[in-house]
Amino acid sequence: MQAMKKTLMAAAMSAAFAVTAQAEGVSDDVVKIGVLADMGGVYADICGKGCVTAVEMAVEDFGGEVLGKPIEVISADDQNKPDVGSAKVRQWIESEQVDAVNGLVASSVTGAVTKVLTDAKKVALISTSASHAFTTKACSPYNVHWTYNVAALANGTVKPMVESGKKKWFFITADYAFGHALEGIATKVINDQGGEVVGAVRAPLGTTDFSSYVLQAQASGADVIGLANAGTDFVNALKTSAEFGLTETSDVAGLLVFTHNAKALDPAIAAGMKATTGFYWDMDDKTREWSARFKQRHGSIPAMGQAGAYSMTMHYLNAIKAAGTDDADAVMAMMKATKPDDFFARNAYLRNDGRMVHDMLLVSIKDAASRQSDDDIYNIEAVIPGDVAFNPMMESCNFSAKS
Amino acid sequence: MATLFGINLFALSGQLLVGLINGSFYALLSLGLAIIFGLLKIINFAQGAMYMLGAFLAWMALQYFGINYWVALVLVPLAVGGFAILIERFLVRPIAKEDHLYSLLLTFGLALILQGLFTQLYGSSGLGYQIPAELKGGTKLPFMYLPNYRAWIIIASLVVCATTWWVIEKTKLGAYLRAGTENPQLMQGFGINVPLITTLTFGFGVALAGFAGVLAAPVYSVSPEMGSNILIVVFAIVVIGGMGSIGGAILTGLMMGIVEGLTKFFYPEASSTVIFLVMVIVLLLKPAGLFGKEA
Repeated sequence: MQAMKKTLMAAAMSAAFAVTAQAEGVSDDVVKIGVLADMGGVYADICGKGCVTAVEMAVEDFGGEVLGKPIEVISADDQNKPDVGSAKVRQWIESEQVDAVNGLVASSVTGAVTKVLTDAKKVALISTSASHAFTTKACSPYNVHWTYNVAALANGTVKPMVESGKKKWFFITADYAFGHALEGIATKVINDQGGEVVGAVRAPLGTTDFSSYVLQAQASGADVIGLANAGTDFVNALKTSAEFGLTETSDVAGLLVFTHNAKALDPAIAAGMKATTGFYWDMDDKTREWSARFKQRHGSIPAMGQAGAYSMTMHYLNAIKAAGTDDADAVMAMMKATKPDDFFARNAYLRNDGRMVHDMLLVSIKDAASRQSDDDIYNIEAVIPGDVAFNPMMESCNFSAKS
Repeated sequence: MATLFGINLFALSGQLLVGLINGSFYALLSLGLAIIFGLLKIINFAQGAMYMLGAFLAWMALQYFGINYWVALVLVPLAVGGFAILIERFLVRPIAKEDHLYSLLLTFGLALILQGLFTQLYGSSGLGYQIPAELKGGTKLPFMYLPNYRAWIIIASLVVCATTWWVIEKTKLGAYLRAGTENPQLMQGFGINVPLITTLTFGFGVALAGFAGVLAAPVYSVSPEMGSNILIVVFAIVVIGGMGSIGGAILTGLMMGIVEGLTKFFYPEASSTVIFLVMVIVLLLKPAGLFGKEA
């Protein structure tokens, strides 16, 4: 225990010196990126091995080395468990000299992992988590939140619906951190626009049968039933809503729809439903070019978090090159000082709180007749400018480049 | 609207009915488990995976061979049962003499392999399966809109459950079955092929899970996780009903569906735990389960 304390002290002190000295070059002669994600569970399709592939593609496209040192990618399965994820990351930091962790899916895991990374002054590159906590109440100078967050979903999907006169809302919410955050922020948007939330039910994660909740939603007389859940929960809730005739009497809005889930839905049920997304493969030539390369390697079209993982890795490596070091403080400062610009990041910049602000897309699910292929899922309805989509920065999270 | 203690009775009847629908799935799955445990003393942890397999096979049959729902409803349980027979013959039987723990671990491992295999092949996002055209639409009841397919779920599972119970408890075949597990040597002596009966029973118990899987495919997302989500609940139901009690498993399945449905109405946050709460209470008051015989 005593020895442990000493080591920790030594580590803390050397870290402090490292900051003041702004060490030049690459530590340990390698830039190592760990990809942590759910590899075999409910969220495996939306990040998982696809995120690993995306990061590897970025490293290859970058040339495989930076400042003359090799770039290495390692990966692990967090099983959607915060304890498993943070233990893995601790091990990566202590014995693998990992410089940054990419991937990061379930908000609960990301919450635990970002604490470990911040303590060790390593960079968290968050691709798929939804909670906005990582750049608000749990913000850190080492957090980078790239693809989307709950605020963008609420502003993108909910706001236009309330403005169009759908004032009364009922929520079916996933009963954990992410669902609560999404419901909370959507409720705020609804109230601000003069709407009203007439009720909400909190359904445990992994609920198979939503019929009871659908009946309650039906009885509430709401104009819109907001589904503040994701993945299989979302698919099951929507299927059941259609079965019980709810989709005919009111609007059902999916607040977080991943392309892979949209693909699994019967177009007869889902056609016309609007959703907000950080990326869609079929937007223009640049997205199509990258997505085709991704699909060739991975076997399916990229989810938004996978495209985000690539874009974020590129920006991170570019920042190391520009800063001339892989020191986390210097790299973070450089990432914030330079603007990312690629097939994913449009009109984009990394804000001081770690939020990557970029154009989001409002899409609608296509009906069966207008689909050209299996992957042809969305119509792009509108581009939402980043400053409109994302929540404003909290002053307490303003980690300016100097600090 | 009629109310009782401030509760809308119409809404309550709706909740009771959807609880009963959900209970039908529980009944089918726990019946399969109870048969396998009651007659063979095997704790089959792969039952959830077999339910998942049933749903996937139905999807594959439609996708690759154009086999419709009604045919799948017959063929898929046969296929799943056949698969189970192979498992019993080549994996479970060699360790039948060992402690129950071995077969539990074996079937648990099998479940993980199957789940991993389907995640690898089809991803974790789930696949869609349409409700058969004959059962689309619904009926407007005074208190709720009842989709026809949900009504079909209740009917189909009740018929299958009741028939199974009758065969095991009331027929000669069922008597052989029960006797064969009670005293295999004696039955062997009477010229009954006990190993064959054992294998077929295992196959049938698992086929029930396959049947439930096909029933579930049109209403739930067909995904590799669907089995593991439901399995633990079903085990709790078997424990509440009394390990190995055939009729107990069916009744408890339906009852717990209703209990869960009511919880979803009054306090949704507890709906995933309420069955375990009931289990704790039952175990404290009546350790053998509601319908089990005291050991």
